[in-house]
Amino acid sequence: MATATDEQVRGAELGLLERLPWRRIILVVLSIVILAVVVIGAYKTLTLPADQRYTTTTWKDFIILGLAQGAIIGLIALGYTLVYGILRMINFAHGEVFMFGAFGAYFFSHAWEESGFLDSNPVLSMALLLVVAMLVSMGVAILLERIAYRPLRNAPRLVPLITAIGASLFLANTARGFFGAQSRGFGVPAVLEGTWTILGVEVDRIQVVVLVTVIVAVTVLSLFVSKTTTGKSMRAVAADSEIASLMGIRVDRVIVITFAIGGLLAGIAAVLFSITFESVSFTMGFRPGIAAFTAAVLGGIGSISGAALGGVLLGLLQSIGPALILTGYGIPSSFQLKDAFTFLVLVLVLIFRPGGLLGSSEAEKV
Amino acid sequence: MKNRKYFTVLALLGALSLVAAACGDDGGGETGATGGTSATGGAVDCAADEFGCVEIAAGDPIQLASLLSITGDTAFLGTDSNHGIELAIDYLDNSFDATPGQLLGHDVELTQEDDGCSAEGGQAGATAIAANPDVVAVIGTSCSSAALGVADTILGDKGMILISPSNTNPGLTSEEAHQPFYLRTAHNDKIQGAIVADFVFNELKVDSAATINDESPYADGLAAAFRDNFEALGGTITDTEQVSSADTDLGPVFTNIAATDPGVVYGPNFNPVCALSYTQGSDILAKGTVQIGSDGCLESSFLDTVGAPVKDFDYFASSPDVTAFQGGAFYKDEYLPAYTDQFGEPTSVFNAHAFDASNILFDAIEATAVDDGSGNLTISRTALKDALFATSGYEGVTGTITCTPLGDCATDVTIGVFEYDHWPVEGGVDPTDPVFSETKTLADVI
Repeated sequence: MATATDEQVRGAELGLLERLPWRRIILVVLSIVILAVVVIGAYKTLTLPADQRYTTTTWKDFIILGLAQGAIIGLIALGYTLVYGILRMINFAHGEVFMFGAFGAYFFSHAWEESGFLDSNPVLSMALLLVVAMLVSMGVAILLERIAYRPLRNAPRLVPLITAIGASLFLANTARGFFGAQSRGFGVPAVLEGTWTILGVEVDRIQVVVLVTVIVAVTVLSLFVSKTTTGKSMRAVAADSEIASLMGIRVDRVIVITFAIGGLLAGIAAVLFSITFESVSFTMGFRPGIAAFTAAVLGGIGSISGAALGGVLLGLLQSIGPALILTGYGIPSSFQLKDAFTFLVLVLVLIFRPGGLLGSSEAEKV
Repeated sequence: MKNRKYFTVLALLGALSLVAAACGDDGGGETGATGGTSATGGAVDCAADEFGCVEIAAGDPIQLASLLSITGDTAFLGTDSNHGIELAIDYLDNSFDATPGQLLGHDVELTQEDDGCSAEGGQAGATAIAANPDVVAVIGTSCSSAALGVADTILGDKGMILISPSNTNPGLTSEEAHQPFYLRTAHNDKIQGAIVADFVFNELKVDSAATINDESPYADGLAAAFRDNFEALGGTITDTEQVSSADTDLGPVFTNIAATDPGVVYGPNFNPVCALSYTQGSDILAKGTVQIGSDGCLESSFLDTVGAPVKDFDYFASSPDVTAFQGGAFYKDEYLPAYTDQFGEPTSVFNAHAFDASNILFDAIEATAVDDGSGNLTISRTALKDALFATSGYEGVTGTITCTPLGDCATDVTIGVFEYDHWPVEGGVDPTDPVFSETKTLADVI
């Protein structure tokens, strides 16, 4: 009897151990540690001796730079999220769709800069550059869907993913063949150089243009998706493409439209990116593409507002994060760790919200 | 749950690609020259040579390979160096007539491999070359990253000479890392860093500077050389920043630098980072802050990208001073016109170093190859190496070339500092003379 009791006791103890949510506890402890590192780092940075501390102006610059950069990333991220929503695939060639739009606009901006049209008609020329880039990116996106992805529509998931990576390399090297390996200067109207003072804050004019354009673009997209018939069919296909096709929605057409919209947005992002950094090159799509994909996952892939939010958050994290957290610990060259920092946040978000910030909190069943 | 795994894999993939991108680009470009005439003769004892001999039958070409950056952002550098080698082959008959000359009665065949301006590229290219036992020697690499511990080791293990026209990272010829079959006609960045520090402190009279460099051994080594020399002169380093060569958004980094208020920002990188630093830095730094780049920056694509100089912000780049190349008459009147005729304007200055590297190699081959009387050549790999390292007092287009036991052949280097946009490359605005020029030897800076 005594032996049996011991065994029972041991069994009960094991049961207790097994019942404890270890996984949850480890995650909570981990996140508390990371939060503590972040808070202490921020505190240390903010309480540095006055001569080493960042000034308010510097913080303002970090924030505005981060917002502007994040807004552009968000715009590209929308392309990933829209396609994912409909097709459940990651279009890794989206960064190259963006790059082609930038090159399309580059040729016009270059010619107009030489002729003086850019400076004499800044508004008209910027509008035309946007249209050119949007059309070029849209064209590339539609061709990509037709040639690379449609034939693989019913293939296993990994097949279109690998195809997308291949398409990305193909497009980047095609651009290198056509346009050369050198980076080129992108003309910016003289009126956009310098700053504007808005509500007492001095802001770079280009950043104002970037933010306003992105807000308009995202608003129009949201209205399009929620109010128009085409937008509703897009949502229907995203919800269930088989049922949608049974209901009379032409799924192929909706998919093409989705790619086209992603391309249009990438075109807008391309012009904004090019006027911000004043240069274009055949490799320019890679980094923003990866950043935008990260932003889409961060915000909740498949969610439109999630992509926009993810982009802005990513921009802010990369711009403020290293300065705010790492400077306090006396880490030199803190900005080289900005990607490590971003992915740390991404991992944390995915641990607690596998679907991303605004995605479904439940992991999706496939 | 399946979906979640899918994202974890994708997130990892994304992270890996960023790491790959960060590790991707680097390299260096610099100049040096070597020339040598050491002669050996008589029969060759190939069995005694640990690395054996190359046998070239009568009528067969002497095979050389180049391992240079011929794709990607730094393609301007490798393509240009390849042209320098082609000109040297052309000049084997002592005339630039666009027809290849012969060496010891044999044609010279050049195989071009790509170093990818990265360690991975250097590994792939060097492995491909090392697999061909008929290759006598290799001109390369363009980028220090492709050579350091990669191509220099892979080729050295086979006893194949690697002469770089544009590696400048000090590590390559350091006691710790030098590989026995590695030489360079490019300058050692210890010299370039010292001269730029001199320019900033004594010529610009600025005593505070920040550095910003990418992850490449080239940029990292040069920034460190600058900091050491600048501080030795009495200057203050206010900030050291690192970026990735794939970065486009340098705003936050420059905001960070601006907070330390340096008089000069030194960014010895490659384009597009150099050009992006100039345009973005000028938006953020205090008016009048001078930016300085290196020979990796000084090339046509910077001019294409930036256009006219930014108002209130000067930019300078250092580079081997072409105007000071010895044998100036030959360089100006024969070499440069021949280059321009055959290939258009040079996209960098390192073609001259490739030309010199090829010529000291040809001299060493002439000195060591043994002809059996019927046109069959035998070249001992170790003898060829010894002949190259014995190069002394060779008058190349880039200067007098004398190789040290650690492989630095450009021991006496003139570096010029060129104000943007008066640069001695295609698209530069006349006059393209340097605003500052100084000559130092390795002995001065080590």
